[in-house]
Amino acid sequence: MYQLNQVSKVFEGRTIAVDDLDLKVRRGEKLALIGPSGAGKTTLFRMLNLTIPPTSGTLLFDGLNVSSLHGRRLREVRRRIGTVYQQHNLVPRLQVVHNVLSGRLGAWSIWQAVRSLIQPREVTLAYEALSQVGIPEKLYDRTETLSGGQQQRVAIARALVQNPEVILADEPVSSVDPALAAGIVKLLIELSETYRKTLIMNLHSVDLALAHFPRIIGLRDGKISFDLPAAEVTDEHLAALYVGSQTEIGEEVPSLAELRPVRSCQPRLTT
Amino acid sequence: MPSYAPSAPASLALPLRRSSYFPIVFSVLFLLTFAGSYKLAQVQPLLLFEAEGRRNIWKFVAGMFPPDLSWSFLSLLGRPILETIQISIMGTVVAVAIGFPLGLLATSSLTFKGILNEREMASSRPRALFYKASYLLARAALSLFRTIPEFIWAFMFVRAVGLGPFPGVLAIGIAYAGMLGKVYSEMLEHVNPGPLEALQATGASKLAIIVYGLMPQALPNVVSYTLYRWECAVRASAILGFVGAGGIGQQFEISMRMFDFSQVITLVAILFVMVAGVDALSARVRRAILGRQRV
Repeated sequence: MYQLNQVSKVFEGRTIAVDDLDLKVRRGEKLALIGPSGAGKTTLFRMLNLTIPPTSGTLLFDGLNVSSLHGRRLREVRRRIGTVYQQHNLVPRLQVVHNVLSGRLGAWSIWQAVRSLIQPREVTLAYEALSQVGIPEKLYDRTETLSGGQQQRVAIARALVQNPEVILADEPVSSVDPALAAGIVKLLIELSETYRKTLIMNLHSVDLALAHFPRIIGLRDGKISFDLPAAEVTDEHLAALYVGSQTEIGEEVPSLAELRPVRSCQPRLTT
Repeated sequence: MPSYAPSAPASLALPLRRSSYFPIVFSVLFLLTFAGSYKLAQVQPLLLFEAEGRRNIWKFVAGMFPPDLSWSFLSLLGRPILETIQISIMGTVVAVAIGFPLGLLATSSLTFKGILNEREMASSRPRALFYKASYLLARAALSLFRTIPEFIWAFMFVRAVGLGPFPGVLAIGIAYAGMLGKVYSEMLEHVNPGPLEALQATGASKLAIIVYGLMPQALPNVVSYTLYRWECAVRASAILGFVGAGGIGQQFEISMRMFDFSQVITLVAILFVMVAGVDALSARVRRAILGRQRV
């Protein structure tokens, strides 16, 4: 699905966010990216969903070199990649139905899009997606009235409606209640299994990653620190990954034994 | 027993207070500027109280009463009042029609900066230059529109299309397009970019991003500011008649020239009621919109 050769991203000619990275992801694979803050995970995701171009190196999506794409061709490839963000990135004043259906914007003409704001099209599609994530009754609610966890479900419904081949989830549970985090991770895994999607998830929480994903990649200073099946990740690997960096709860190095779900998310809760 | 008297070492430990001449220099400069302006602008408050001034003021004020409320005069005013309101509405509509598209082009986060443009700007150099150029052109047009006051625009349009309300509409349309476009672009630049990035990642076009992400976020501010500009347009269209651009201003000008101050006071009262009415109306609409926002 993805093939990255010596991909680097340098901001303003100085800050190296991603450094000479090689990565291969097969179709249908499920993998988790872990690593300390500032390791370049989000930058990598923005390159994977074609929001920002690499400074150097080649990025192949489904065998297609995307570096020269622009305009309509670029948008067509973006349609095949769905993204779920840490901050939901929904439009707060719009009704849930419009936020869900905005996953269809890549397929609609601008007139269809404008008309849909007045009289929503493909409402059944939105309703089904919301049922998949368990909140069908919120269809016509204003999005800003929903809780953080519900908003994240709306964002997942948007990705479902988009019907992409790959789902990228950039720390999808960092801003929801820790108790709900595992539920949302499981939901994303189940959905991508049912619909045979490739799933790449960025996680703060090492234990969630180890518990649910077959393949784990540790990212540190923009480089791959390890790329292993979950069963082969050891305390030493994690120690090397997090050495010298403060985790969210102030521990120096998390170990498998110490990690508990309640500690594994950022303490900040959104309401 | 410890002594609290200040001793030499203690005072040495105090951080050095940095003194600077800047405040003094600037104070002196300010005073000089003030004094110079006072002289050059020929400010002579006493002129108001000299015999000549007193007589004129008295003539003016005494002439105002009683206000001219005769039917023959009032019946003349119906049309100009309506015309003034219509000029302000049409002028604002024209201003939005011109100012909004230019405002979009003048929004840097939309045309060439930031997350929405990273890929397009990197993909080819000529295209990047084209986007940047359209941004600069839009900004230049907007600032040209608003640096020339609506009064001067009206003067020019009266020469171009003749007397009547239409030059007034054009004058307000152009001058206010400049202000609206500038403020719109600032409002649009300050919306939360997160949802826009997400929409772009679904493959949405720029227009779709504007319709689904930008406008819903900026709408309350945009509507509220447009209403405020409409209030200003009512005031402006009331005086545009002085240069022959229709509305109640024309009647103002005639009454002033005839030294018929009893008519002037009636007109002032009417203008006051009109502006206050528009004020109240737009305040109500604004409250409705902003109130809904906080739900």
